[in-house]
Amino acid sequence: MRRHLLSVDDLSREDIERILGRAESFAEVSGREIKKVPTLRGRTVINLFYEASTRTSSSFELAAKRLSADLVNVKSSGSAVEKGESLKDTVQTLSAYDPAAIVIRAPQAGAAALVARWTRASVINAGDGKHEHPTQALLDLYTLKRRAGSLEGLKLWIVGDVLHSRVARSNILAFGRMGCEITVCGPPTLIPRGIEALGCRVRYTLDELGEADAVYALRMQHERMTGSFVPSLREYAAQYQIDGRRLGPGQLLMHPGPVNRGVELAAEVIDSPQALITEQVESGVVVRMAVLYELLAGGGAPSGVRTPAETGEPQPA
Amino acid sequence: MTPTPTTHNGSGGRPEIVLDRVQTPPATVLLRGARLLDPRAGLDGKADLLVRRGRIAEIGDGIEAPEGAELVDAHGLHAFPAFVDPHVHLRTPGREDEEDIDSGTRAAAAGGFCAILAQPNTEPAVDSAPVLRSLRERARAQARIPTGFLAAITVDRRGEQLTEMAELAAVGAVGFTDDGSPVEPAGVIRQALQYQRLAGRPLALHAEDRSLSGAGVMHEGEVSALLGLTGIPSVSESTTVARDCALAAYEDGRIHVQHVSARETVAVIERARAAGTRVTCEATPHHLLMTDEAVRSLDTNTKMNPPLRAETDRQALIDALRSGTIDCVATDHAPHAREEKEQPFELAPMGVTGLETAFASLHTGLVLPGVIELGLLVARMTAGGEPFGVPTPSLKPGLPANVCLADLDAEWDVGEAGYESRSANCAFDGRRLTGRVRMTIADGTVAYRERSFALGAVT
Repeated sequence: MRRHLLSVDDLSREDIERILGRAESFAEVSGREIKKVPTLRGRTVINLFYEASTRTSSSFELAAKRLSADLVNVKSSGSAVEKGESLKDTVQTLSAYDPAAIVIRAPQAGAAALVARWTRASVINAGDGKHEHPTQALLDLYTLKRRAGSLEGLKLWIVGDVLHSRVARSNILAFGRMGCEITVCGPPTLIPRGIEALGCRVRYTLDELGEADAVYALRMQHERMTGSFVPSLREYAAQYQIDGRRLGPGQLLMHPGPVNRGVELAAEVIDSPQALITEQVESGVVVRMAVLYELLAGGGAPSGVRTPAETGEPQPA
Repeated sequence: MTPTPTTHNGSGGRPEIVLDRVQTPPATVLLRGARLLDPRAGLDGKADLLVRRGRIAEIGDGIEAPEGAELVDAHGLHAFPAFVDPHVHLRTPGREDEEDIDSGTRAAAAGGFCAILAQPNTEPAVDSAPVLRSLRERARAQARIPTGFLAAITVDRRGEQLTEMAELAAVGAVGFTDDGSPVEPAGVIRQALQYQRLAGRPLALHAEDRSLSGAGVMHEGEVSALLGLTGIPSVSESTTVARDCALAAYEDGRIHVQHVSARETVAVIERARAAGTRVTCEATPHHLLMTDEAVRSLDTNTKMNPPLRAETDRQALIDALRSGTIDCVATDHAPHAREEKEQPFELAPMGVTGLETAFASLHTGLVLPGVIELGLLVARMTAGGEPFGVPTPSLKPGLPANVCLADLDAEWDVGEAGYESRSANCAFDGRRLTGRVRMTIADGTVAYRERSFALGAVT
């Protein structure tokens, strides 16, 4: 495991299994009345959030606190960021406090990787633009594995706005690594050209949804819908909404939240026992505890961020 | 560059094209023992080359140095006609912190260029005669090598109202372009082509359909899907070029397509040419050498417009460079301030510098592996002025001396000793390249001399 968690690509299958195992043991701690362990006592974790977030930021906060770390929350509103401070200067300023980890959420792809270049702290990507959200993928793996027992060979359908979804990208990589067969499905305008290269197949209708063991519905992201990608939410719902007729009795349902009731999901499936949505939220804390533990206390050999040479771009030489 | 009167593109005598530079006394230099290579003049062999009072005076063996001549031991070096770059951003006026005429022309001379054409997307844009006049005046005070200026096609490059093209041409605009932005309405391109009959200069076109490119930041393909970056599809370029070629054919105008990046665009231009349309085009070293795979690193020095495309596009560009469908190499040298490039990829501005690395990168990436011949590279790098009626440098005796002296065995790491440019956002930053320009003679004067070379070899 590397010093940072920037992408699911940084994780081997063994890394993932170790983190999920660690999360299990923290789940046991979370069942106690005193939910705290002293692992990170005296160390500082900084939550640096450039985008609104409830689940991710609060679960990282709880995770850090349950490991006894000192936690600083920095949001873009009310900070020097609002005064026009660059990301680089903000990171260098916060790094002067010698944090053990910086958890960063930013609206641009690659922001976490950039931060890793500018700090000695471990960097955890809590969502960078439409690129990746690796801890979400880990908690989704954890949640589905707990319910389904094993992930090997499971058929997962990811349905909705794949184009704007960092959750979809990280999950295609993560579930693929754990041996799942992945299908992405959504309106053709919201499926990025070339997505098959990540290791999934593409469908534009829910006709074959019946084959899925689990259905992962994506949030229809109003805030990112700058173009007119679908004619109307009504038509979207008619074609792609997961409701009681489309979701079979044996199929599990997941969603990263927050849900748009009546758009991507019908109320009856949200409240059904097949839905793992609340479990996903619960898993967020223990999985993030496990990630913090792995990076800060797990003794993983530190390594740098990927260099251009490692990414295999063609050299003129 | 001593101009030759040119009449081209339609009726009537035009004011001749004059490029501007600082006036310096012409040089007398004897290059001893260089390997001379000038495909256009049919030169390929070892000889002495004498530049006398700024002109190529004599080529032969054992030439006697005239009194006062500078003697250069050029054994083991190659001498080419120096290069012409039709696409440079000098950032002047407005962003002199990124580049000015002095630093930009120094960078060009260090890359072996003897003439460059500057783009008008400055602040303010070069869209009126007073702006152009003052720029030319500044060039006469600062430019190390002859520099020409293109003017905008539309006022403030907004794609709405034509500039005073006839007056701008009379004041010395080498051509017209809104580079950096496309001219979106077909009707405006058509009017500009009609006005070309009066203004008599080519239109250089940045082809992009913004309804397709949108908020895109890189080539649309597998890599953009993986990175979650909004893509710019190849058809954004090719459909616009198809439209512009159709308009040029209809108005019998003349267009030059800037920075071709996609294989579909190459196909469109080939078809248009075969049908007799007067269209020329250029390609950049970065599009000829790099692909969207390089963007995986999210290095902002891989972000430019048009974007680095797929390997099949790159191969199509190389084939077109070989066949002559791509007339010339252009750097699209686009300096940006460090703090602007030190941002997440999506926020960083588009553009990379390339004047100092153009020859070396193409020599390393295409000539050394045997993809193209050295002579072809020299021919395409010297031809950048042709679409605009700027004479192509040659080593023929009698012509003004424009010579690039290069050591093809020299290895160097890009950026190791900084840049002549004021900006460092080079697409090849940190790469090891083979081939280094040692000296550039531009329009009869020594415009650049590499430091170690100056100390070591010049007597």
